[in-house]
Amino acid sequence: MTLAAEAISVSDLHKRFGPLEVLKGVSLTAREGDVIAIIGGSGSGKSTFLRCINMLELPSAGSVAIRGETIRMKPDGRGGQMPADRKQIQRIRSRLGMVFQSFNLWQHMTILQNIIEVPIHVLGIPRAEAIATAEALLARVGLEARHDAYPAFLSGGQQQRAAIARALAIQPHVMLFDEPTSALDPELVGEVLSVIGDLAREKRTMLLVTHEMKFARNVANHIVFLADGKIEEQGPPDAIFDNPQSERLKRFIRSIH
Amino acid sequence: MSSSNAPSPKADMPPEPGAPDARDHVAAIMPAAPESSALKALLVPHRIVLMLIFAGAILAMALLMRWDWLPGYLPRIGSGIVVTLIMLFASAGLGFLLAVPLGLVQVTGPWPLKRAAQAFCTLIRGTPLLLQLWLLYYGLGSIFAQYPEIRSSFLWPYLRQSWPYGLAALTISFAAYEGEVMRGAFAGIPAGELEAGRAYGMGRFTLFRRIWLPRAVHRALPTLAGETVLQLKSTPLVATITVIDVYAVISRVRQETFLTYEPLLLLAAIYCCLTGILVVAFRALENRIPTRGV
Repeated sequence: MTLAAEAISVSDLHKRFGPLEVLKGVSLTAREGDVIAIIGGSGSGKSTFLRCINMLELPSAGSVAIRGETIRMKPDGRGGQMPADRKQIQRIRSRLGMVFQSFNLWQHMTILQNIIEVPIHVLGIPRAEAIATAEALLARVGLEARHDAYPAFLSGGQQQRAAIARALAIQPHVMLFDEPTSALDPELVGEVLSVIGDLAREKRTMLLVTHEMKFARNVANHIVFLADGKIEEQGPPDAIFDNPQSERLKRFIRSIH
Repeated sequence: MSSSNAPSPKADMPPEPGAPDARDHVAAIMPAAPESSALKALLVPHRIVLMLIFAGAILAMALLMRWDWLPGYLPRIGSGIVVTLIMLFASAGLGFLLAVPLGLVQVTGPWPLKRAAQAFCTLIRGTPLLLQLWLLYYGLGSIFAQYPEIRSSFLWPYLRQSWPYGLAALTISFAAYEGEVMRGAFAGIPAGELEAGRAYGMGRFTLFRRIWLPRAVHRALPTLAGETVLQLKSTPLVATITVIDVYAVISRVRQETFLTYEPLLLLAAIYCCLTGILVVAFRALENRIPTRGV
């Protein structure tokens, strides 16, 4: 069996905030169709790691490649690095579907406008086509009746489903989920997880930072456990959850049960 | 210096009887509520009594005061209103165009621009508009006149008139106040929404044009409505530099008819009506995007 192509390849990623080193050399490869769940305690650097992939946080050192294309960086003159080519980053970002913890829908646009915004104004897709795609996506996440509503009038779960539709509308190479259910009331978590689960089953490449361990175990084919800015342990879900090797992972798994 | 026909507005405004004016004002600010409930809210005994008193006051004004001068002055009053509105909309429009960069550089600009914008806003907001207006008209205007290059340039036909100075002073003042408003509005947009734009590959300009600016304008609209109403009430100052706005026309009426209250009451009514129209228009604009809570 041949391996699928590399969708994301991160090597030796470091991130410093002043004196604090949040990521201390993280390497990770996601192949097409992989669903990788990144778990870890708070402060372990898992969100920072995800945000480094689309350069919302600039890694202090290390490299990121999307579909084999390395994001070009240059020294920033203060010991770190900065993007060398803004256009390249914008092009790569426009095919990474980011879903945020706090949804971050644009409040001055209706749900439909939120979804067609990037296809029309970044990707240059004709309006009629963008609307048709958006309507189909809204039906998929169960929001077809709310396309003219403004985000503030939706529940958190509905907003997050709309945000997932916004991410899908760009036909992303990879979906990046940054704790997508952490800001939701408990009774709304299920509706969002079921949408994400559907995406995982259709073999979309996804990186998922989450606290929902049962969900991670069900949908992911690979689990990465981050602790103190390093990958402490990684492997298939069953091995990670049933047979943890490192002391920290054992403690972490005990603490969440 | 020819300030003979222009009594200071500050000294002249107060004598207008306050009560009917004030009530008119409130009525102009209220009308956004749904039709039926607004009507129901009006039909309570104390309100009916107040409305009857108000109607009586209007009737008394119409019957007991002298209005025979009115028809003859109507065309001039009409053109005065047009001048007032041009001054208002031109200065608010141009001022807003200046306010956007003034607010923006205070939020994201490099420090020299930031400092310059802060200094401009502080200076303009810290001095009376009347002073700025006179400095521009009597100061700058007379300096311009000393230079043959300017006198012979294509701009001179405009620079020798008074309205460009009035428009400039009103514009600068509006820009300074709105620059502060926009600074707050730009700064107040949740970082996550801008981050979402960046995360989806928007460039700086697209992000500004599609997300940051419309979001900030929407957020600032209620304040902008109030400031535009204030700006309307600043326009009579241009009468002091011989621009014939509606205030100047009414002053002329008073001089020619030796009447005090009738022209001033009419003037108050005109400003109230204009304010009411502005408020309703801004409310309609705000309601295009419903907001919840916040």
